[in-house]
Amino acid sequence: MILKNAYVGVAVAALALAGCGDQAKPPAKDTSQNDSYQKILQTQLLDAKPGDVIEIPAGTFAFDRSLSLTVDGVTIRGAGQDKTILSFKGQISGAEGLLVTANDFTIENLAIEDTKGDALKINEGKNITIRGIRTEWTNGPATDNGAYGIYPVQTENVLIEDSIAIGASDSGIYVGQSKNIIMRRNRAEYNVAGLEIENSINADVYDNIATNNTGGILVFNLPNLEQRGEQTRVYNNKVYENNLKNFAHKGAIVSTVPAGTGIIVYANDRVEIFDNEIKNNKTTNIAIASYYSVGEMSKRGVKASFDPYPEGIYIYDNTFEGGGNSPALLELKALKLAMFGLKGNLPDIMWDGYVNAELPAETKRLCVQNGDAKVINVDGPGGYKNPSMDQSPYDCTLPKLPEVKF
Amino acid sequence: MSCCKQWLILGALSSLAACSNPGQTVTPFMDDNPQNLSDWGMVMAKGRALTLGEDAMPYDLNTPLYTDTAHKLRVVWIPPGKKAKYREERALDFPVGSVIAKTFYYPKDSTGTLLRTLDYSHDFAGEGLNLNTVRLVETRVLIHREKGWVALPYIWNADQSDAVLERTGGAIPIHLKKQDGTGQDFTYVIPNANQCAGCHAPNATTRKIEPIGPAPRHLNKMYAYQDGEENQLDRLIRLGRLDGLTAATAAPQNANWLDEGAPLDKRARAYLDINCGHCHNPHGAADTSAFYLDRPEHQYPAGNTGLCKPPVAAGQGTGGHSFDIVPGDAENSILVYRMASNNPGVMMPELGRSTVDKEGLKLVSDWINAMDGDCTNPQ
Repeated sequence: MILKNAYVGVAVAALALAGCGDQAKPPAKDTSQNDSYQKILQTQLLDAKPGDVIEIPAGTFAFDRSLSLTVDGVTIRGAGQDKTILSFKGQISGAEGLLVTANDFTIENLAIEDTKGDALKINEGKNITIRGIRTEWTNGPATDNGAYGIYPVQTENVLIEDSIAIGASDSGIYVGQSKNIIMRRNRAEYNVAGLEIENSINADVYDNIATNNTGGILVFNLPNLEQRGEQTRVYNNKVYENNLKNFAHKGAIVSTVPAGTGIIVYANDRVEIFDNEIKNNKTTNIAIASYYSVGEMSKRGVKASFDPYPEGIYIYDNTFEGGGNSPALLELKALKLAMFGLKGNLPDIMWDGYVNAELPAETKRLCVQNGDAKVINVDGPGGYKNPSMDQSPYDCTLPKLPEVKF
Repeated sequence: MSCCKQWLILGALSSLAACSNPGQTVTPFMDDNPQNLSDWGMVMAKGRALTLGEDAMPYDLNTPLYTDTAHKLRVVWIPPGKKAKYREERALDFPVGSVIAKTFYYPKDSTGTLLRTLDYSHDFAGEGLNLNTVRLVETRVLIHREKGWVALPYIWNADQSDAVLERTGGAIPIHLKKQDGTGQDFTYVIPNANQCAGCHAPNATTRKIEPIGPAPRHLNKMYAYQDGEENQLDRLIRLGRLDGLTAATAAPQNANWLDEGAPLDKRARAYLDINCGHCHNPHGAADTSAFYLDRPEHQYPAGNTGLCKPPVAAGQGTGGHSFDIVPGDAENSILVYRMASNNPGVMMPELGRSTVDKEGLKLVSDWINAMDGDCTNPQ
């Protein structure tokens, strides 16, 4: 074989071809060829270098395809969460508005509206800052809205602050399978789940407002994933009137959240809930549940290693008001009527009562030091037949969790 | 502009030699991204044919990715004197300087109407394509540079003389005539350069781009070359371009998804491997779902096969269904629901198609419907 000087002869070869008589003619005009802002911004994202700040001016910009960024160390900055609006109303392609697969990423002061799938997804990345973002489905809550507003997954050191999430058909702000999370001063409204921490380790969720969602703040563990979540602090939040009818598609785990749930912990461990203002959530202000209450533990589909039980849940010093007056689930409705009467309320804290019998007797599953607030064990395993108001199992304390720092 | 003067001079000097050579030299651009596809020499429109560069080898796959029924011409070029290294479960390790070009096109009838068909028999002119019978849409180039592979999308111009680099991708209205005579209109979407990595970085942690198709299990098949039929891996071995494999018989082999003589399980797994496995693998972008569909030979444990597995973050993608795969019940399986959708927020794969692969959907549905048992088995 003749050795060709492939690396040196670049320009020569290129021109040789052009010189052959069938040279390229100017490209035809096509929808793909116009210099729309979509193309300008995506080009900036492609050309970005670490340290770059991509400024997006005030205005509403239309996109019909996903944007994506893969370069580390980039900041995307708008002129304000109500001033710079990236609208995906006519989106024809892409499962998110903006997909980021990069480290050291900051996005701030802009809105992403009406994406077909998720609004902002960050898939794997360290040192992620999301600040002053608004994600919204402007038609209001609807089953066919995109799933997640702000969605970092498999990230580490993620700060989400001063952001707003509205209308997600699953979760407004959802941090999944991540480590070291601070979620603060955000507002989640008209989502199925307002704020959610899933299969994550070390999360501080504070100074947020969750209202008008189906469930306000969720701390979940789901089966089959590499990382089991634990150690979340939920404090100083205002969680009120999360009574929106559940509009998630069945099958989505949040479709099992009863409308009117303030804070809910599913199958997660070491969760501390304190100093929150929780009120008027019609099913219950706080629910602590096992995976048995939400999913089906089939042998074929759930790894045997999955621990479906919550343990080490510590609830203290929250302010409760109202709530529990009109639970969404029939079983709970009946239970409320039987135990507390037509005008009565379910207690502020509801526990589904599933326990891992293999753990030692002294295991602290749920500790409550919250004044008059009461816990009801609704006896999920017994089909809600023998609910208990015995408070003695919860009269314990747990070591406080450390602040999340990074 | 000194650059252009240089170009003119160089061009004049070299054009004579180049034009006297009916072959076309492949140029691996190791730094710059040329604006015109023809600059690479990998595939080039000449007269009424799309011709292949010198030493550029065409290949295809046992089971290909679905891209709105576009046909594809895949060509790989390995630098002279260099060899690819065999890797059993990933694409062959092509040496630095290698180039792969994948051209997406539609067959057309005598009136120029584009056709939705699985029939490739009218496409070819030698090892290239017959431009009287096909319309070229885009060519995606993968170049192995010193720092790794780079993916570049080129879009063919209206007169089919060349394709132009469009790193931000594109959207092209397409009308296809189906075999029953009815029409199908959709927007064919060309991914941007980042989205190329969405599939071509099968490890979402390293994010290193690599080819997907030229893995042994996909390549292990016969191909009709100009000089006769030959197994693609055997040919590479015979030409001295592949190290680490002595014969194709020693390599894994995916089924041809259209081969009704092959076991249903192998056909379906081959289809899911090439269409889903680049993300749905233990290191891929979809490892967030714990649902793995790569490598048909590989048996994943319960909880990763999709069987009776609750979704993780499918959101509205569940379509109201509880499990990824419900044995015996394709209609209630999330996998099938998402394959059957065109909604960007629901559909799988997320990118690379605007229409539903009806044949693929039927194959995967048949596969699920043939499974035994149910999901009620309590733990």
